[in-house]
Amino acid sequence: MIKQWKFPGGVVLDGHKQLADISEPTLPPELTYPLLQRSDYYVEPVVKPGQRVLKGEVIANSQNPLATPVHAASSGVITAIASRLIAHPSGLSDTCIIIQTDGLDTVCPGNPCPNYQLETPAELRHKTALAGIVGLGGAAFPTAVKLKNRLPTHTLIINGAECEPYISCDISLIQANAQQIIQGALIMQYILQAERCIIAIENTMPVAHQALLSAASEVDIQIITVPAIYPTGGEKQLIEVLTGVKIPAKALPADHGLVCQNVGTAYAVYQAICLGLPLTDRIITLTGKGIKYPKNIRARIGTPIKHLVELCGGYTPDVQRLIMGGSMMGIALSTDDIAVIKATNCVLAMTSSELSVNQAAMPCIRCGDCATVCPAELLPQQLYWHSRSKQFEQCQDYQLFNCIECGCCDIVCPSQIPLVQNFRAAKGELTNKEKQAAQAILAKKRHQNQKQRRGKEEQEKLGKAEKRQAMIDKMKSAATNRKTV
Amino acid sequence: MLFLCLLFAVLGLGLGYAARYLKVQGDPLVEQIDALLPQTQCGQCKYPGCRPYAQAVASGEADINQCPPGGEEGVAALANLLGITTKPLNTDFGQPSPPAVAYIIEQDCIGCIKCIPPCPVDAILGASKQMHTVITAECTGCELCVAPCPVDCIIMLPLEHNPSQWQWAANND
Repeated sequence: MIKQWKFPGGVVLDGHKQLADISEPTLPPELTYPLLQRSDYYVEPVVKPGQRVLKGEVIANSQNPLATPVHAASSGVITAIASRLIAHPSGLSDTCIIIQTDGLDTVCPGNPCPNYQLETPAELRHKTALAGIVGLGGAAFPTAVKLKNRLPTHTLIINGAECEPYISCDISLIQANAQQIIQGALIMQYILQAERCIIAIENTMPVAHQALLSAASEVDIQIITVPAIYPTGGEKQLIEVLTGVKIPAKALPADHGLVCQNVGTAYAVYQAICLGLPLTDRIITLTGKGIKYPKNIRARIGTPIKHLVELCGGYTPDVQRLIMGGSMMGIALSTDDIAVIKATNCVLAMTSSELSVNQAAMPCIRCGDCATVCPAELLPQQLYWHSRSKQFEQCQDYQLFNCIECGCCDIVCPSQIPLVQNFRAAKGELTNKEKQAAQAILAKKRHQNQKQRRGKEEQEKLGKAEKRQAMIDKMKSAATNRKTV
Repeated sequence: MLFLCLLFAVLGLGLGYAARYLKVQGDPLVEQIDALLPQTQCGQCKYPGCRPYAQAVASGEADINQCPPGGEEGVAALANLLGITTKPLNTDFGQPSPPAVAYIIEQDCIGCIKCIPPCPVDAILGASKQMHTVITAECTGCELCVAPCPVDCIIMLPLEHNPSQWQWAANND
């Protein structure tokens, strides 16, 4: 038994996990790819409407390493580059590339590498970047950037602790593809040159645990079970549980020689390196009482949610709300006519009986339960008062930006106050203010430069006029002199 | 006695030195007021830019509620800085409007360069008899270029609202 630690706060939740096998979906008639990636990074389309593309072909790319290339998930024709609703909390539309599939699913030949040890870590990392791999745990941070260690990495942690209720895509992937996940983990360990590799899963998942143990029997990878407390699967929380290292809010695990990757990411890395396949599909859990037959589907990225729901037998009559992600951190969607993205781990259709908040928010009674469960050791109550009265600077003093938006405070609040939503809004206000301040400084500088330049021009003009006047005076006096002579 | 004399002499020299070399350039209050202004340089306050207005406020010549782009929030910030009670925005100087940027309808532009000198931040690009355009990222939305245009080809567009700029709204019902 390896020593384990405990992270502060957290809640024990009902898992609601239906461990179904992974089913293969039918080909959707249309695939949609938004150009907006995580936060505010956009990719540029490299295809034109009318162009034919093959499965695995790059359709959008970027010079910025924080934006990863997008690959077509099936062969077909680009019908449009137009505005569509995207999977984003704003519910707004943005530019998307739309592919009409041709049903042939012709694959663009890749570049498989059966023995990764013949290549250098840098080459392999470059390959993961070209394959468009991002963290598949939900944050969708580019994997190649995370695999670039500025400091030597001692431990690679593969995160299989899928702590959020309802989501079971990682667990089903472990049960189906444990061998490949181990391979992916070994490749990443080789890229990072890490001494140790740990795969962590929750102790409520014995089948997956067994699958990993038998797959890793001949390699030097530790399989560790961790208690199922939400949010154990949070990167910093998992690191604390496994190593006892508390990563400060503003630091990265990499600063402490640790790198954490999701099991889905490990599988994608295996596919990219060993099979030469870019990231074009991922496992998505379709669940909730609002879905007739909950399933885990190996879905093509870009598939409309509608198409996947149809594969699950459609909705039940009392479906109430559609959520992308889990019940704790997911975002509500207004319609199912939205395509899944690389970050989509779950599509949750909830009935009113399942929704945790069934009443309007009541006043805060200052019970302090939120502070006890906060894994970031914040004081949600104080943050709430300050954000409510728009004292955003005070929020910052109470470390608002350390909030990981896990939703523990929301779930324990007896008054059902939407705390996280308030904190997100406060973060938005502060970010906007910062942007405005930067804009003001820029405008001020440009205005000052203009004034200086115009002053200089004026002076030059005056100087020239004076010279001219002097010249005229001189000529005049010369003329009068001549006359007098 | 002698010791005290020496001490005072040293302190006096120190003070003299400080007065001479640590002198604050300009009026720090003007700087502080200027930092709170939105820097649109729009002149709606009837002063030729944000800094002149800051100087006028510092000297007591202008009131604190003459800046429409700053809005009520801006007035409150100035009142807080100056230690006086806040007051409503004086709408004689204009109404606060949502953030916007100037946009030149390019097929209508005749290339007269009349809009270029009024721009306080050099955000309009163009030359005589060439089509002009506004650098959106630099535009402060001051609207000073709109009136001089002889063909009315400059319009103010509200800032584009795309998902990357979207922020969560609070829910305090």
